[in-house]
Amino acid sequence: MTRQQRLFEVVRTGLAILIALVIALVIILVVSNDPGDALSKFLLGPLDSFRHFGNVIELMIPLTFTGIAISVMFSAAQFNLGAEGGFFIGAIAASFVAINFSLPPVIHPIVAVLFGGLVGSLFCGIPAALKVRWGASELVSSLMFNYIAFFFGLYLINYFLRDVNAGAMVSYQFKSSALIATMIPKTRISFSLVVAIALVIAAGAFMARTRWGYRIRLIGANAQFARYSGINTNHVVLYSQIIGGFIAGVGGSLEVLGMYTRFTWQTLPGYGWDGVIVAILARNNPIFVPIAAFFLAYLRIGADIMSRYSDVPNEFVALIQGTIIILIAASSFLAKYRHRLVFKEATQKASPAASPEAAQGAKQ
Amino acid sequence: MIQMLSIIFNAEFGYSVLRVTTPILFATLAALISDKAGVMNIALEGIMLISALSGVVFSALTGSAGLGLLGAIVAGGLVGLFLAYCALELKTDIILSGIAINLMASGGTVFALFLIAGDKGISSSLASKVLPKINIPGIASIPVIGTMLSGHNVLTYVALLSVIAVFIFLYRTPLGLRIRAVGENPGAAASVGIGVTRIQYLALTLSGMMAGFGGAYMSMGYVSWFSKNMTAGRGFIALAAEAMGGATPIGSLLTSLLFGFFDALSNTLQLMKVPSEFVNMIPYAATVIGLVIYTVRRTRRDRLAREASGERASATAK
Amino acid sequence: MGMEELLRMEGITKVYPNGIVANKNVDFSVSPGEIHGLVGENGAGKSTLMKILFGLEKAEQGRITLSGKEIRVDSPYAAIVHGIGMVHQHFMLVPSLTAAENLVMGLEPRKGIYLDLAGAIQTTEELGKKYGLEVDPRVAVRDLPVGIKQRLEILKALFRGARILILDEPTAVLTPQETEELFVQLKLLRQAGNTIVFISHKLNEIKALCDRVTIMRNGSVQGTFEVSGVNEQDISRLMVGRDVILEVQKTPARPTETVLAVRELVVFNRFRKRAVDGISFSVRRGEIVGIAGVEGNGQGELVEAITGLGIYASGTIAVGGKSVAGMTIKAIRQAGVCHVPEDRMTHGCAATLGIESNLMSYNHDMPEFTGPVFFKRKAIRANAQQLIEEYTVKCSSPTQEVGMLSGGNIQKVVVAREFSSDPSLIVADQPTRGIDVGATEFIRARLVELRDAGAAVLLVSADLNEVMELSDSLIVMYGGKVVAYIPDAKSVSEEELGLYMLGLRKQSPEEIGRVIHD
Repeated sequence: MTRQQRLFEVVRTGLAILIALVIALVIILVVSNDPGDALSKFLLGPLDSFRHFGNVIELMIPLTFTGIAISVMFSAAQFNLGAEGGFFIGAIAASFVAINFSLPPVIHPIVAVLFGGLVGSLFCGIPAALKVRWGASELVSSLMFNYIAFFFGLYLINYFLRDVNAGAMVSYQFKSSALIATMIPKTRISFSLVVAIALVIAAGAFMARTRWGYRIRLIGANAQFARYSGINTNHVVLYSQIIGGFIAGVGGSLEVLGMYTRFTWQTLPGYGWDGVIVAILARNNPIFVPIAAFFLAYLRIGADIMSRYSDVPNEFVALIQGTIIILIAASSFLAKYRHRLVFKEATQKASPAASPEAAQGAKQ
Repeated sequence: MIQMLSIIFNAEFGYSVLRVTTPILFATLAALISDKAGVMNIALEGIMLISALSGVVFSALTGSAGLGLLGAIVAGGLVGLFLAYCALELKTDIILSGIAINLMASGGTVFALFLIAGDKGISSSLASKVLPKINIPGIASIPVIGTMLSGHNVLTYVALLSVIAVFIFLYRTPLGLRIRAVGENPGAAASVGIGVTRIQYLALTLSGMMAGFGGAYMSMGYVSWFSKNMTAGRGFIALAAEAMGGATPIGSLLTSLLFGFFDALSNTLQLMKVPSEFVNMIPYAATVIGLVIYTVRRTRRDRLAREASGERASATAK
Repeated sequence: MGMEELLRMEGITKVYPNGIVANKNVDFSVSPGEIHGLVGENGAGKSTLMKILFGLEKAEQGRITLSGKEIRVDSPYAAIVHGIGMVHQHFMLVPSLTAAENLVMGLEPRKGIYLDLAGAIQTTEELGKKYGLEVDPRVAVRDLPVGIKQRLEILKALFRGARILILDEPTAVLTPQETEELFVQLKLLRQAGNTIVFISHKLNEIKALCDRVTIMRNGSVQGTFEVSGVNEQDISRLMVGRDVILEVQKTPARPTETVLAVRELVVFNRFRKRAVDGISFSVRRGEIVGIAGVEGNGQGELVEAITGLGIYASGTIAVGGKSVAGMTIKAIRQAGVCHVPEDRMTHGCAATLGIESNLMSYNHDMPEFTGPVFFKRKAIRANAQQLIEEYTVKCSSPTQEVGMLSGGNIQKVVVAREFSSDPSLIVADQPTRGIDVGATEFIRARLVELRDAGAAVLLVSADLNEVMELSDSLIVMYGGKVVAYIPDAKSVSEEELGLYMLGLRKQSPEEIGRVIHD
């Protein structure tokens, strides 16, 4: 993209976010008895204490993982929404390793996380395989697999890993050798932050600078052309979704081992769906995912703080998220201006078109 | 094993199958209408949630179950219209639009409930009404079938009748003809003066209304309250069910019954100490298998149809 | 003239955004109750003219008069309202609906709120009987044979009151019997007072069916004649010819060993007809073999078979002595074959990616561009910049989106990528279609250079100029067969070539056999 176009996209994104925030503002004004207070909690709450800001970073980490997972899959034009299920089942797989095995520290969490990633890649890989082999829509099958992952995972937790003495539907405690240490004191931010940063760099490099990432992007841009260039499109469709599932599974594993001492989720955490918004905001580019993840996490935590200290419930963030998706993905949004911009560029740079005179000039 | 069989082949089980099939059937028919027009309604899940809440709220406010139902249907239609606006006017990819609406519905309904009733997550303080059950006098006295077919919530009968109504609408009315034409070959429809976008707007609105029935049933029949995310993926199952049913009304009925069967089975098996989570998986796993079977058959048919219609890729000059 | 005119198109000029002038001040008129043939090669402008008449395209200049009154045709719907109906090459039918439903679509007969299906069926039967175009109203369109589908399309137009029927290459999809039946029906329609415009390039059909014929070439009308007053040679001479000869500078070819050997190749198309019907030929190092022929005579299927994009039923294709049967596209490329595709936007590039990304699509995994994990970015960038310079691609940077470039520059990116793979066989399919003169000359010069360096070039082009000037020798394809081999492209006249291209003349098997060089 040229500089002008890039600027245009930034403006368009900014405008979409602005509109969404204005809607949020209106909602707060209407709903709250003390809108000023509510608004300040929403917008500034995450900044008012070290702990609150830490919460933002804590949330940003799983969103980065699912955001990158979805970005990779969407880059290949595969509408696989299985990051949600992959994240969940990866967490369970990691819990399994954390509970049932005794390994030296540092090795233990690494093994657990890798196993979680593997299981995650399986859950996203099966819809991919169904698509490649039989052409079944990866959208519907990945949605179904989210539920399969959820129920199967819960089944494993509640029947094989459940700690009956704990008084709630939770698993046994993880062995301490499996836990990921907290990195920043006074917060719950664990070393998974380091892994997240490493992933961003690795994923960015993978997509932009390796032949496998290139093939993914090529297929997403024009699958026919990729085929004509000799690329095995089936392989790429498959591995793009396996990689996405792996990343989601790793994200779930890190989340559970870094932030908790037992597996406690009884519902799907929803990070997979947030990953979709992050991917859209980041334009499927892993390098921009942390920024988008931070932005979304900030909104979420802000809404949480607002709901705790004022009278506006935090679910309204969902409304903002939806608006952002619709506006950013709307090709018609500001399309007139984009057309003008594109047209201007094309006529500036284009070589002169054939003139009728030239054809008629040299008559026999 | 014998215990399970004795439970299944039991009139009461048949009753509960019809009971749980009702919302799925509404959603599947909703998916059918929009699919026939060539637009995929991914937002069924969200529409049902919004309608479920609307039903509860309006019936509590007006004291009438009927008006609650009306509110749910209207809400469903409006969301369908909104989806059409996003996808056809703003040109957001229809799948992303659907995802966005589902997200907004999931959080937005909890938010709205809190604002209206002060309840967080479940509408305990709202005195919402429930739609009545109906005993059909003649049928009720027939031994086995009577237990299965009589005494259902009125919306269950509406759902079954809707299968016929949708069939008549799609295959025996001019509007239905145009919807099918637009969905299969919009170019052909446009060439005879049919407004493709207009028809798609209409189809999505009708689809939303049909899903509205489903949502109303969830909160005013299946149970008598609204709770967070109560639709539990039925909107997505409906998509697969519609595809598996070969995009026909009768097929939709059969596949919906299939999922209803598994749903009722899971409820029953839970009483039998079979792990509920394991059983809950079955409908979704069955969906995937059914989807694959359907796609294999469909791809084969598509290829033959393309060959017969004589298409050839045309060169595009630029 | 004194002849009654039903429809007159005057001064029609149509220029496409890429600068191509499809119609140049065209005058076209049709008398009532006649079957009027409209002939021309592909690119002559006949399809465009009819698209303008049917409201699918808008002319820059000109007007349309119907029965003396000027009319505006902004859309197909408007055309139908004026009584102009068109039967396209791709049918506008809905496969799962029945014939009757397709017929009445948009104008449905009603019984209360219901669709009057019985009424629709009755209408279809009555209309079919009236015009001799019987179609079973109850069968779903997807189950109808192609000939009947076409009949239904004609019925559709008549149902909506069309008095003028335009048929666009209708016999392309029909068997000989179906063609016969169609002609009988068209003549009946004429008797009933309808007017028909019959677009075709098959001269024998024009002769058999039409009253008058208008010949177009290069966007202009060459003349309108009574069919009885012209013979096929005359028509051919007017259809096939060049107004401008753009000479290509080249030295005579010095071909050496065979690179591409095609023997007895048979390819079936989607209608299960033999698109390629037992073709044999060779292409040698150091020569450009051009395939001349009106589009639709099997050239597309031949190219797909050679480049691995399509399958073939029997025969052999060998590159450098090795058969390419069953090879993957990647393997065929590695055997030294490169392909400039006919549809560059769909098959030749990824419009949303940058020039650099497009240039490396086939060789991105070669050792000079990628290490074990990462790309060698400097090498890739240097390669891209060198190619951009060498091929004079006008762009703002190597990462500019390909879709932003002009058509000619996009094509230059495509050929830059293909030609730089050091190919032994270049298959160029319409390489200069739809691009500006500068890019055209550049690409043609490049092909000659590559030929001189020892590549074998197979050129498929509907542009007569190109195929006559650029090729060293010519093969003419008609109806899926090779009907002529001309060893020296300069030795044949346009007239003679036209006769071969239109199936009016055929060489003897011995003469054709000379194209096999071993």
